[in-house]
Amino acid sequence: MSAHQDAIGRPSGSRRVKDAAFRMGLVACLALAVGLLAVLLVDVAIDGVGTLNWDFINNFTSISADKAGIQAALWGTIWLMGVCALFIVPVGVATAIYLEEYADPRRWWNRLIELNIQNLAAVPSIVYGILGLAFLVRGPIGLGNVVLAGGLTLGLLVLPMVIIAGREALRAVPPSIREGSMALGATQWQTIWRQVLPAAVPGIATGVILALSRAIGETAPLIVVGAVSVIAFNPTGVDSQFTAMPIQIFDWISRASNDINDYKPLAAAGILLLIILLLAMNSVAIWLRNRYEQKW
Amino acid sequence: MAEPVTEHPEIRVDLPRAEPATEQSSSETKRPREAIFHLDELAVAYAGKAAVRGVSFDIARNEITALIGPSGCGKSTLIRCLNRMNDLIPTAQVDGKVLYHGQDLYAPEVDAVEVRKRIGMVFQKPNPFPKSIYDNIAFGPRVLGMKGDMDEIVESALQRAALWDEAKDRLKTNAFGMSGGQQQRLCIARALAVEPDVILMDEPCSALDPISTGKIEDLMMDLKREYSIVIVTHNMQQAARVSDKTAFFTVELDESEKQRTGRVVEFDDTERIFTNPSDPRTEAYVTGKVG
Repeated sequence: MSAHQDAIGRPSGSRRVKDAAFRMGLVACLALAVGLLAVLLVDVAIDGVGTLNWDFINNFTSISADKAGIQAALWGTIWLMGVCALFIVPVGVATAIYLEEYADPRRWWNRLIELNIQNLAAVPSIVYGILGLAFLVRGPIGLGNVVLAGGLTLGLLVLPMVIIAGREALRAVPPSIREGSMALGATQWQTIWRQVLPAAVPGIATGVILALSRAIGETAPLIVVGAVSVIAFNPTGVDSQFTAMPIQIFDWISRASNDINDYKPLAAAGILLLIILLLAMNSVAIWLRNRYEQKW
Repeated sequence: MAEPVTEHPEIRVDLPRAEPATEQSSSETKRPREAIFHLDELAVAYAGKAAVRGVSFDIARNEITALIGPSGCGKSTLIRCLNRMNDLIPTAQVDGKVLYHGQDLYAPEVDAVEVRKRIGMVFQKPNPFPKSIYDNIAFGPRVLGMKGDMDEIVESALQRAALWDEAKDRLKTNAFGMSGGQQQRLCIARALAVEPDVILMDEPCSALDPISTGKIEDLMMDLKREYSIVIVTHNMQQAARVSDKTAFFTVELDESEKQRTGRVVEFDDTERIFTNPSDPRTEAYVTGKVG
């Protein structure tokens, strides 16, 4: 009786051991990843939390570490994100609408565009920096190392993300909604503009915010397009020179500290501020998705 | 195989749109009604494979015409030709003629959007827009730029769809909060709001319970006084209950091409189809011996 129950109820000893070992292996991997991240964050927080205050946000950077703050970089980042958003929202959404609603996938050029967008999302950001330098800062467009050039470069970098997210959001709107609208005599454009797009807005907005939170931490392309690291004024327009938070942090880290001027806490505080901004943006994205996501 | 077509030689297809045929609304009238649709050797292929072919019959004004038959016989494909919804499928190819009040719907100068304004459609699964009840109805009139008081248009459409009493206190609430049957009647109301001439219904009750189905059938009987209705249904009792004319479709298997193609076996008065069909295949199907 007991032997019978044993045969059904429990796997053999060696199998149970393997099962447990595998599970522990997985947990160990998870712990390693989360643990490393936690150590980094705690380390940064310990270094930076004393410096992260209103003065830090309100002051411009300075040779003297006591007086240095992040204001120019914070406003630079805000300007960059503004330009970037104004660029990626219309271009990304329009591209997504074309690919999802109009493009005939049987045509080779549409398939080529699709394949390219997937690949562009994986191109290293420094390549976009070089593109921005060659085409936007110098070259045919020649904007100079200004906010507009930086914002557009970041925009190009994250545009594939927006397009892919936009397409997914549009695809999530069921075909029956399009059919219902067309059957009432609406044109394809009326159907897209008044039915499909409004239903896809939460998904698109989430994609845009996630794209911006990728762009906000980008450093390499901004260095290439000529963000200035020591700057004591806020951008006054899109034609203004600029710095950005990751650039400023990089600058503080790369400065040699001494007994009088310790720049490390500044860098740590900058990192903390950047992380806070990032988390805030991602929270908004998650909230948007949960609040407005349409259940079909 | 004999061509399963019922001829109505006395029907002229190019009549102008007549006055509402109130004197014809009693079922005793045997005088043939004006044909709204005249189908002539209609065939539809998807990516070169024929889904349905050789369809020729007339669909009369102020009647309910039912399309019945087993799955895959091309009923839904056919009904989607009548308002050019098949245009939305890039691989669909329509041959033959669909005359609507004598006008070829597939003539190059005909705008499919214009066709769909006059020939409304209700789908298998209720598909309300993710908007308020009011906006669901108002959407069609708004995109078509219809003149008139929108509140009145909405109320009138809901009245005609027998939904006003249930919906009047919740017009601003989301249509997704309604029951399935209410949603389907909302979709009918939405179609009525743009003042169509014909309403196509593609298995409108297949997702509904019997009570909701009964309400929709009652509604169809009311609506045929003002509109002409074509309904695809898998439910033979439903076809027998509501329709005036019935087209029975079947699937033909082409052995050489391994292809299933729908064809019309018989088109006649519903009563005849269900009591005294002329084709043994129809009899077998309607009595439940096959299908």
